[in-house]
Amino acid sequence: MYQIGNLVKELSDKHGRVRESLMPILQGIVEKHNYLTDEAMVEVAKELDISAADVYGTASFYTFLDTEIRGKYVIRICKSITCSNKGKGEILETLEDMLKIKVGETTTDKQFSLLESNCIGWCHKAPAMLINDMPYTELTPSKVVEIIKDYMQKK
Amino acid sequence: MENKGLNKVDLIFEEIDPEEVLTKAYKLSPEEIIQQVLDSGLKGRGGAGFPTGLKWKYTAASEESEKYVVCNADEGEPGTFKDREILDRVAYKVYGGMVIAGKAIGAKRGIVYLRGEYRFLLPQLMKELESFHKMIKQIGYDFKINYCLGSGAYICGEESALFESIEGRRGEPRNKPPYPTTAGVFGKPTSINNVETLVTAMMILTHGPESYSQLGTKDSRGSKVFSISGDTPNPGIFELELGMTVQQFVNEFGDGDTKAVQVGGASGFCVPRKKFEDTIIGFEGVPTGGSMKLFNSSRSMYNVLHNYLDFFAEESCGQCTPCRVGCQQLLMGVEKVKKGEVKSTYLNELLKLADTMKVASKCGLGQSVGNAFRTIVENFREEIIY
Repeated sequence: MYQIGNLVKELSDKHGRVRESLMPILQGIVEKHNYLTDEAMVEVAKELDISAADVYGTASFYTFLDTEIRGKYVIRICKSITCSNKGKGEILETLEDMLKIKVGETTTDKQFSLLESNCIGWCHKAPAMLINDMPYTELTPSKVVEIIKDYMQKK
Repeated sequence: MENKGLNKVDLIFEEIDPEEVLTKAYKLSPEEIIQQVLDSGLKGRGGAGFPTGLKWKYTAASEESEKYVVCNADEGEPGTFKDREILDRVAYKVYGGMVIAGKAIGAKRGIVYLRGEYRFLLPQLMKELESFHKMIKQIGYDFKINYCLGSGAYICGEESALFESIEGRRGEPRNKPPYPTTAGVFGKPTSINNVETLVTAMMILTHGPESYSQLGTKDSRGSKVFSISGDTPNPGIFELELGMTVQQFVNEFGDGDTKAVQVGGASGFCVPRKKFEDTIIGFEGVPTGGSMKLFNSSRSMYNVLHNYLDFFAEESCGQCTPCRVGCQQLLMGVEKVKKGEVKSTYLNELLKLADTMKVASKCGLGQSVGNAFRTIVENFREEIIY
């Protein structure tokens, strides 16, 4: 069984046990574990000797430091005006159809979460989305189907 | 009105020998470097437009021994993507600009705050940084750069919120004063500059301030990288001399049916067709961090405004009441007007609220919501109502 405490220790050793290490530690947990569990945040609080409320307060400020359950692949589709004008709606429908979830939800097998995001900086190649760190641009419904199929096979 | 027309420039992405430029800069005194940047007339390229030379001068004046150069790579303004392109193509020039800033202000440490959305660039950037560190060490510089990653918060592009984030806290803007030049990151004097500003500073040291200051106008010296998107046959990154009219811009990038250009992103200004001829893109007209969005007549300006307000309501940090409540009220207000739940004159009340937010909000986010709000409502009132 995966031990969150070990990961938190490992990350604290790497980044140091000072306040400015909080962000990289939380980012490191999300990278490995997709989101921050209560247990993980309590562990971080212990390691850095700050209150768990403080850890949660910081994490909950940042969109990418999710404190709710997230799948292995987090899809963030850009909802800013250029992507909206260039067919974001169709892309979103395709994703919802394929994954059988709505925005904000996670598939039951915990593989995919579907979210909307503010501008991700690809307006000249709209519509765009991120899957974890990777950007995908100039999307069309058929392109999206191919991308998601690839991820489904990765499992 | 000074009008330079539309001229393409190649400075930011021009390949140079960083070792040669940094060796030359190493032999200059901090005062000489600052004087060159002052002479060039360079203003910050993130959008706010504070003179870079002055920022360096004020930070240099502090007697603290520990100082920082922070590179603001938290490019979050909707419609802006130039910094990603700059980091992707010429990161060594960003690092070079930081070393030069460090020499000018007397700092030995630099921090690049990179937005989480660009994390995929990090492995490549770190690799380039490693060889860069070796190169500057050989020249004799004592300067080290490291990366901090953001996690998806627009407000962290505000300088003091960015410092809070580096320090491991919620990205809530601080009260000013004190300004970063006296108390920035970790409470130490800090020069915080945008990615493009740092590259421009390096190019000023490369070619000299005279050639740079010949570009642009009295109020807007030099050139600027524009992020062009929306209804255009030619979207992408273009470096252009400052001082063109919106009309000249639209002639080059429009699709023949441009009805409005949003200059400067969600926090910027909407320029309608009837004002294209009389509006200069630059600090004397409409300033921009680079975001240029074109809308043709098939687009609803209500949707544009609604999208921006929804964005601000989500990204407001919530710390100060005028911004937190104001953004929500503006959003709900235009929805009510659109649905006919309130009279159209309610828009006048909302305009007053936007003005209040401008004077009462703590930071640039709340202060600038009114820019897009006023310019869209005043120019496209009928589209908001009907």
